[in-house]
Amino acid sequence: MTEIQMPRLSDTMEEGVVSTWRKKVGDQVSRGDVVAEIETDKALMELEAYDDGVLEKILVEEGATVPIGTPIAVLGDGSGAAAESAPTPAPAAQTPAPAEAPAPAEPAEPAPAPAPAAPAERGSKPKASPLAKAVAKEKGVDLSTVQGTGPGGRIIRADIEAAAAAAASAPAAPEPAATPAAPVASEDVEEVPLNKIQKVSAKRLTESKQQAPHFYLTSAIDVTDLLAFRGTLNERLQAAGGPKVSVNDLIVKAVATALRANPSVNVSFAGDKLLRHKRINLGIAVAIEDGLVVPVVKDADRKSVSEIAAESRELAGRAREGKLKLDEMSGGTFSISNLGMFGIEQFSAVINPPEAAILAVGAARDEVQVRDGEFVARKVLRVTLSADHRAVDGAVGAAFLQQLTSLLEDPLRIIA
Amino acid sequence: MAVITYRQALHDTLREEMLRDEDVFLIGEEIGVFEGSYKITAGLLKEFGEKRVRDTPIAEEGFVGAAVGAAMLGLRPVVELMTINFSLIALDQIVNHAAKIYGMFGGQTSVPMVLRTPGGGGQQLGATHSQNIELYYAFVPGLKVVAPSTPADAKALLLASIRDDDPVLFLENLSLYNTKGEVPDVVEPAEIGKAKVTREGTDITVIGYSRMAMVAQQVAEELHAEEGINAEVVDLRSLRPLDRQTIVDSVRKTGCAVVAEDDWLTYGIGAEIAASISDGAFDYLDAPVRRVAAAEVPLPYAKPLERAALPSAESLTTAIHQTLDAVGRRR
Repeated sequence: MTEIQMPRLSDTMEEGVVSTWRKKVGDQVSRGDVVAEIETDKALMELEAYDDGVLEKILVEEGATVPIGTPIAVLGDGSGAAAESAPTPAPAAQTPAPAEAPAPAEPAEPAPAPAPAAPAERGSKPKASPLAKAVAKEKGVDLSTVQGTGPGGRIIRADIEAAAAAAASAPAAPEPAATPAAPVASEDVEEVPLNKIQKVSAKRLTESKQQAPHFYLTSAIDVTDLLAFRGTLNERLQAAGGPKVSVNDLIVKAVATALRANPSVNVSFAGDKLLRHKRINLGIAVAIEDGLVVPVVKDADRKSVSEIAAESRELAGRAREGKLKLDEMSGGTFSISNLGMFGIEQFSAVINPPEAAILAVGAARDEVQVRDGEFVARKVLRVTLSADHRAVDGAVGAAFLQQLTSLLEDPLRIIA
Repeated sequence: MAVITYRQALHDTLREEMLRDEDVFLIGEEIGVFEGSYKITAGLLKEFGEKRVRDTPIAEEGFVGAAVGAAMLGLRPVVELMTINFSLIALDQIVNHAAKIYGMFGGQTSVPMVLRTPGGGGQQLGATHSQNIELYYAFVPGLKVVAPSTPADAKALLLASIRDDDPVLFLENLSLYNTKGEVPDVVEPAEIGKAKVTREGTDITVIGYSRMAMVAQQVAEELHAEEGINAEVVDLRSLRPLDRQTIVDSVRKTGCAVVAEDDWLTYGIGAEIAASISDGAFDYLDAPVRRVAAAEVPLPYAKPLERAALPSAESLTTAIHQTLDAVGRRR
């Protein structure tokens, strides 16, 4: 009998969701076969079997969350003996029968959203330890506003204390649920549970906006030449049978080049020190059906525009399928968020920690400019740099943006 | 204050009590001429003679019954059962007679006797000679069951057991006989039914008795030295009466608990402790009570298998880590 366990797929992973079983009970499984898809806090990963055998028992149903190391299925020889002696999920093979709570499959309902949510309905009460409930009562913390970090999302005392401390340290913050009597789910209101990615995003973006003092610098860039250059470039590429490049690909390359010239922006704030990144890894924000992911183009400064184009297209495609690998989403040193395709003129993005800056790119629009006393029609694109003032000063950000502008206005230099 | 073995503490206490009270006598297999299977009674036959140190045939039901009668008539027998496994032969005498006589006869006579017996596995003695069946006795009203883990407690609890007017099963453990500890020059009898907090802590409560109380103590010291975890250790010392108050008070302080027991898990001592905690400290619990116990098999003879089947410092450490993880104290 062999157990298949919830794998640790990243350093930060504490639990995972069995998203889909690709094999069913009775199926023959060979080493290397994908048996299930596991949703982590960052991605959907395929879980491969390490052994051969027959899938005799599924211990954790689809949609359930369990801690890493928990047995989720049993492989046997097909006789059913393995299923008979299905494990109480004891993590260490050595431990003599430690009494293990037989990790009950968590109901598929998610832990309560961390955001100021409408109070959870009866029947979807957040799971909390008795101690957490008692402390919450004493400190006046609403359990439905707390994200549990215990097993299976259980709210534990530490979560209540953190919530109480956060509330105490932010006395000026308005009551988040000050919306007049937030409605509970009813026939007029549908409750939409957050998936893991959305939960993590909510947490990380809140931390970013609360902890990193953002400042914003906007530049209007004349991209008339850039668009013409892209047209020419794409004609040549097509003639050679290659794929086209987008404006964004050119911007990614230009940002990488500008960062190489302004390394003080390619940093992270780390408490009492700054981390200066030697590599330039650019995160490209991609909207997916239910959330936002940021795949990373590694060493963008050393890649050609065509390489960047091919890689971004591939990453964005897999992002939408939820098939990004963890290492494709980590290690970013700077991010780019482009809403130009929606006709957005300009916007300010939230920094993606632990990065120190993010560039928000708007749409290229026809504008009238004054040149040598004449009105001329030009294509203008506005970019806004959001920077973490703990790590980047205004002048440093401005120098970077100036460099980026001059590159984009003189596009041959991008590929120089 | 002397440092002596658990074995020596038992021997000295028997001798002192025999000197103090003429009604105290010893009875059991091989305790006289052979000086005891585990040498607890060394030298006592020579010192006190056959009237006070009585060797018996291999007939547990017979000599335990004789001790019950002697106790009813005013003597204070201290029976040595070679191991707790052999107490099964005398189960009827212990459960149906020693435990019931005081109540069934309206308190006309009590049964002041002690049944000393070692339990425990790990010595490669095979499944029938390696059991931890103290629960069979802790289950029975009318009996008291004590289980000291240190030489000082062995002394204080044996004194109390000999002087107690009810039948007391005094549980020893083969692996404790050679352990050493400080014993004060003057030892007062312990109060039977009182647990002891042997290490103060705030992070987690670890509860054990006999050998596992000692293991819990070691694990707690290691966790403190290596990880800065402050575990509170409760040594039960007495299984009946069970000191629920001390257990509950500790868990109310720490919010989580692990029970370490040498017996089997299902229906074991730990189950009673866990139930008592949920009863008395429900609103203080941050995680379920976890139990570490022996694998539910007849104990194997083969050394590695025997070792794997018994609870250990490693399995206890794992359970403590899991519980601390569940309450977010190892991040």
